[in-house]
Amino acid sequence: MADVESPPAGPPETVKAVLDARAGDVAAKKRRAGLLRAGGFALGFVVVIAVVNVLAHGDFLEPGNLTNVLRQITVNAIMAVGQTFVIITAGIDLSVGSLIALTGVVMAQAANALPFGGPANFIVTLVIGLAVGCLAGYINALPVVKLGLPPFITTLAMMQVARGLAFILAHGQPIPVANSVPFDWLGTGYLLSGIPGFPGIPYAVLVMAVVAIVFALLLGRTAYGRYVIALGGNEEAARLAGINTGRVKTLVYVISGGCAALAGLLLMARFSSGAPQNGTGYELQAIAAVVVGGTSLMGGRGTIVGTFFGALLIGVLYNVMNLLHVESYTQLIVLGVVILLAVVLDELRKRYVAR
Amino acid sequence: MTAAAPAAPLLTMHGIVKTFPGVRALDGVTFDVRAGEVHALVGENGAGKSTLMKILAGAQPADAGEIVVDGAPVTIDGPRAAERLGIGMIYQEFNLVPELGVIENIVLGVEPRRGMFLDRGAAAHKAAQVLAELGIVLPLDRPARRLSVAEQQLTEIAKCLVRNARLIVMDEPTAALTDREIDALFALIAKLKAQNVAFVYISHRLEELPRIADRVTVLRDGKAIETRPIAQMPQDDMIRLMVGRALENHFPELPPVAADAPVVLDVRGICSAAGVHVQNVSFAVHAGEIVGLAGLVGAGRTEIVRAIAGADVPSSGEIRVDDRRIVVRSPHSAIKAGIALITEDRKAQGLVLGMSVRENTTLAHLEHFVHGVFVDKPEETATTNTEIAELRIRTPSAEQTVRNLSGGNQQKVVLGKWLIGSARVFLFDEPTRGIDVGAKAEIYALMVELLKRGAAIVMVSSELPEVLGMSHRVLVVRGGEIRAEFARGDATPQKVIAVATGIAA
Repeated sequence: MADVESPPAGPPETVKAVLDARAGDVAAKKRRAGLLRAGGFALGFVVVIAVVNVLAHGDFLEPGNLTNVLRQITVNAIMAVGQTFVIITAGIDLSVGSLIALTGVVMAQAANALPFGGPANFIVTLVIGLAVGCLAGYINALPVVKLGLPPFITTLAMMQVARGLAFILAHGQPIPVANSVPFDWLGTGYLLSGIPGFPGIPYAVLVMAVVAIVFALLLGRTAYGRYVIALGGNEEAARLAGINTGRVKTLVYVISGGCAALAGLLLMARFSSGAPQNGTGYELQAIAAVVVGGTSLMGGRGTIVGTFFGALLIGVLYNVMNLLHVESYTQLIVLGVVILLAVVLDELRKRYVAR
Repeated sequence: MTAAAPAAPLLTMHGIVKTFPGVRALDGVTFDVRAGEVHALVGENGAGKSTLMKILAGAQPADAGEIVVDGAPVTIDGPRAAERLGIGMIYQEFNLVPELGVIENIVLGVEPRRGMFLDRGAAAHKAAQVLAELGIVLPLDRPARRLSVAEQQLTEIAKCLVRNARLIVMDEPTAALTDREIDALFALIAKLKAQNVAFVYISHRLEELPRIADRVTVLRDGKAIETRPIAQMPQDDMIRLMVGRALENHFPELPPVAADAPVVLDVRGICSAAGVHVQNVSFAVHAGEIVGLAGLVGAGRTEIVRAIAGADVPSSGEIRVDDRRIVVRSPHSAIKAGIALITEDRKAQGLVLGMSVRENTTLAHLEHFVHGVFVDKPEETATTNTEIAELRIRTPSAEQTVRNLSGGNQQKVVLGKWLIGSARVFLFDEPTRGIDVGAKAEIYALMVELLKRGAAIVMVSSELPEVLGMSHRVLVVRGGEIRAEFARGDATPQKVIAVATGIAA
């Protein structure tokens, strides 16, 4: 390991050869560090869960309960995925909770009004919802990119506007989805539910998995993802490197709005209705998941995998507290403490690694 | 210049060790400072000067070693502790609060109070007293962001004195000053010396040391190589000790520009209104030619190269590369046309410090590394390793975070970023600022290499010897306009300075 630490010396060809040979080691070392971190996280998780499971008389590890946890986190996890992109650019998106309501209402109305049923109805409804979410994200981004206004303000404004619009469109009442077949699948259906002893995988969880994987690849493996991180780390350096920072930034808010629309679809499918009061306060849950997942609010650093685990941790926590009959007010306190603790531990770990 | 009778040192640092991930920054450094002396600390970038001073200022803890002040061992566990011991630190990048005025900045953290409220009268009095003692005049109510570099520096010095500093560390204090401001600074230092204030003076400008320093210590690779009175340390010795070998010639031989060399960069009548107004600037650079932009700080040289590179969008004029007109709307369009801008402030504009050497190297040309949908990481690593080897970047691997590299190595990463593309025009803005002699020589050699490949180079530099030594032609800029042009043979320091200061032409 020691030889990996020091800069190689010698003529360029030798240095290059040493570095190339070393590249594998360095990558492996990075992977090991990542695995160690994930492993530590998983181990802690398992221990906690084992204890909890005993306390809850075995209820927690029931397959039915586990799929339940996963389904409960879908909405928050998908929102948090979009939010991760925004936060990596040192921005914030406060409008996503309201966008869940707005897109839910719009999609419920669209599903009822469209002249065709079945999958076509579903797809067109989805496209309409995504368009609304993305458009709202675009509007969020405009003043940020063109005038340099703080995203806290523009998305706060959108949070109010979207909520108000949702109430006006829905006349203050939840809108039931009449023709609900594909939505029911998404809301309550299971894949592979026929196998004995296996509860099946909720379709909503499948959607979450696809969203997480696609966006993890977008952030970690594509040029666009690299630009997002570079912009968050040093916007001027990114601009001078020829990156169209305005476009990169705009897209980040569009992604967040689109993710909010997808989350809105899942919530609407779950309840077979779009309600204007849905998603109140969800933006803070999403931000919590992102931060617990190790993304820096200062920008320039963050991963989708981290965000997913952040959402999972919060979801498991709620579930466990419900199983243990912890009172709901106490739940809030525990959640607050856990968010703080997660961030403190991450900071301490970073300092330890940096030494 | 002669030191006072060698009394017991004010400060001694014994066997200081500091290790960063992958780098042993300090390897048992011993160093002392006497009251009322100016002790110069020199060394290449990465030699450990800044780290040593950060430990002294309490900004970083040492891994091992002892610090003795006034004969008693002390623990410096934070900036406050350093302050109590009378140690003041003035970093190259100043630590002023931009929105606060001069007075507020001077008394920041030691504000006089009356009950629970700030006593503004007493603060003003205290600041005025220190400034009067120093014999300097500052616009007291002006926010720090609107002060000139020299004024900010004076504010920093006053800040140290309000805290009764007996030892002031200055990191590259003259890097951004004009000659007249440097004279004033040196006079001020001499005055404070007479009052028994000691200085640690870090500088890459070796030629100014005999004017100001009493003793000099050379650091190399985290070790204190030698300490001598300045009179016994000629510049050649200093350079030899710094790099561990003799540097025969400061500047490399410039290959002559071929008589039939085509014009690569042709700038016609560009204007821009960001910062100093650039007015009607026209010039051409041939293949294999370096054109130097000389002038005082604030003359508009940086603004000219920024306009060419699209960092500021020019409001009018025409830019041609290889006789093709290019429309510069953003850095992106300039890069596409083969123009690379190596900015003067690498930390603020050149690098994403939290990213790795690899990610920084490929950032401006990432599309070349995308195959299908994804970025090809192994290819990125291979290219980056080539640059690390060729530019002699001292890093354990391509994955090292750039923040952990020394200044000279960071600058090389910036260069690597532009070398991997197919740029034809290189705009160097202060390419060697804050960089040691060894790295300087490497950067000059690299410029010559670029010339041989047919590149056209524009170099902005505030160091006159550098402009004169490394340019085929020198353009003198004042007030955002080109005021004079000198061929290599004609350009003398006197002529250039006369135009730059407005005495001639």
